[in-house]
Amino acid sequence: MSWVLAAPIIIPFATAVLAFLFRAGPEGRWLSVIGCFALLIASGVLMVEVLDQGVVAAQMGGWGAPFGITLVADLLSAVMVVITGITGLAVAIYALADIEERKEHLGYHALFQVLLAGVCGAFLTGDLFNLYVWFEVMLISSFGLLILGGQKLQLDGGIKYVTLNLVSTILFLSGVGLLYGMTGTLNMADLHGAVQEVENPGMLVVIAVMFMIAFGVKAAVFPLFFWLPASYHTPAISVSAIFAGLLTKVGVYALIRTFTLIFTTDVAYTHTILLWVAGFTMVTGVLGAAAMNDFRRILSFHIVSQIGYMILGLALFTPLALVGAVFYLVHHIIVKANLFLVAGVAQRIAGSTDLDRIGGLYRYAPLLGLLFLIPAFSLAGFPPLSGFWAKFVLVKASLDEGYYWIAAVALVVGLLTIYSMTKIWGYAFWKPHPAGIEPRLGVLDGKTRAALLSPIAGLAILTCIIGLFPEPFVQFAERSADQLLDPTAYVEAVLGAPSDAQGGEGLAMLEVGE
Amino acid sequence: MELLVAVMVGVLVAASVYLMLARNVLRFLFGLVLISNAANLTIFVSGRLTPAAPPLIPYNADAPVGDVANALPQALVLTAIVIGFGLFAFALTLVYRTYQNLGTLNSDEMRIAEPEEPRK
Repeated sequence: MSWVLAAPIIIPFATAVLAFLFRAGPEGRWLSVIGCFALLIASGVLMVEVLDQGVVAAQMGGWGAPFGITLVADLLSAVMVVITGITGLAVAIYALADIEERKEHLGYHALFQVLLAGVCGAFLTGDLFNLYVWFEVMLISSFGLLILGGQKLQLDGGIKYVTLNLVSTILFLSGVGLLYGMTGTLNMADLHGAVQEVENPGMLVVIAVMFMIAFGVKAAVFPLFFWLPASYHTPAISVSAIFAGLLTKVGVYALIRTFTLIFTTDVAYTHTILLWVAGFTMVTGVLGAAAMNDFRRILSFHIVSQIGYMILGLALFTPLALVGAVFYLVHHIIVKANLFLVAGVAQRIAGSTDLDRIGGLYRYAPLLGLLFLIPAFSLAGFPPLSGFWAKFVLVKASLDEGYYWIAAVALVVGLLTIYSMTKIWGYAFWKPHPAGIEPRLGVLDGKTRAALLSPIAGLAILTCIIGLFPEPFVQFAERSADQLLDPTAYVEAVLGAPSDAQGGEGLAMLEVGE
Repeated sequence: MELLVAVMVGVLVAASVYLMLARNVLRFLFGLVLISNAANLTIFVSGRLTPAAPPLIPYNADAPVGDVANALPQALVLTAIVIGFGLFAFALTLVYRTYQNLGTLNSDEMRIAEPEEPRK
């Protein structure tokens, strides 16, 4: 059982080592694709296991919780790992044609795999300090990917990304230290019980807010998002896409995990802050996007605005709202990575991502136009695409709770999202190319075209499937939300079922191994 | 003893915030070093300080005798120091490369990724 949980972490690490050894030749990039495919299979096996047995937990090295290294997967973790596999595979295929040989020699594929390992580790860990370590694994590989190539643009974006993320990391670390000082444990399942018994609940709220800020920087929420639009448009397209799809979502996942499992002692206070944050994040993100005039920079700001929706689901803290948050999380990773990949193809054939300097894509590359419209409309929330259901559930959840203003904000932000998408459509697709170029997909040779377009098409089909047959996905999200709101199963899976009167306490559960 | 370390953490954080507010990226980095040490000390002190009692298990025994120092925070701090060192080395190299390429350390002047909009 522990192999099922460890495989999504071990596979990318092993692939990273191999890809680094073979970085000089074409084997490296194919190893990366194969590794991602293996990761996808491993995540599928994990998903089957979790669907079958509920929460799955394993203690690495045989040390009992809460002392050992715990890996846990509930439905949310499992689906996040699956989606990591899907996005990873799509981007690895896209990278076959996107990453120049020079960057491959510098170890692009190895860094990419380490990033995936870090992301999977963050989703699967059951321990706060390990979460910190996985964040660092993710962070250091993302630093490498971001500045790989060393252009001035990248260095400039890199400085802002690195400095702000390091500050958030240190806040996280201090929070971990203080929480340990108050409860004496860092195992998340154990913390769930331990925080109920602390002598000073006020201090606990202070720590909760520290975690909120630390994860808020990672998730790029208002007012902590400034590093994101400063850096996400600077690296290679494959890197942008995987960052846009996965990195901020790890922050959102960490927020959801900690604020459903640990920091639920003062929901009225902490989740009200989150509600305001969600509203401001949606609005500032979408307004920032409206002011931009570059394909990738518009998309970067839209990441921020979409994060607001997920935080909204967490902030409302009702079963339906969490369904919306989980559904949104999954939908958004697929759609956003896809949009960045489309932007990359547009840049490839039309010469730029600056909307003033490209055009004519609809006339000469109608297939690309179609492949852009699907994720773009899904992002804006058009029925019958996946974004519609995600927004629908969240708006309904906020109306049920009587928060009419936040429902109005969510709807208006959806409208402004359409504005940005039509802006991209009008400038990049409809208007003639200012330099008179005819941006045809035909200028790319067959292999390149297949590598660039097949992942885009695959992700677009996925969006359509989720949109057309939302029932099983919503049911899944409902089960996942139930697990989040009632963590008993999670706690029991990690610590074991309480057998006697004092069995609930983590320290009493210890079985000393040989 | 805890109070002394706690005050020290406060002083370190204050000094590092002052440094990090500077526009000069190098000063920011020095602030970062200070604050990461403050975080490490926070973990250390949150494990409670038990002087002169190393967590050693006597021969032929299963558990240490009496109150001993908490070893876990030290392990955590050690991990954090190693990671922090790696990150700082990277950040320092990045700043140096940026200075070579952009010719400035003033964060206000780093506007290549986000150029000022031309006034229309």
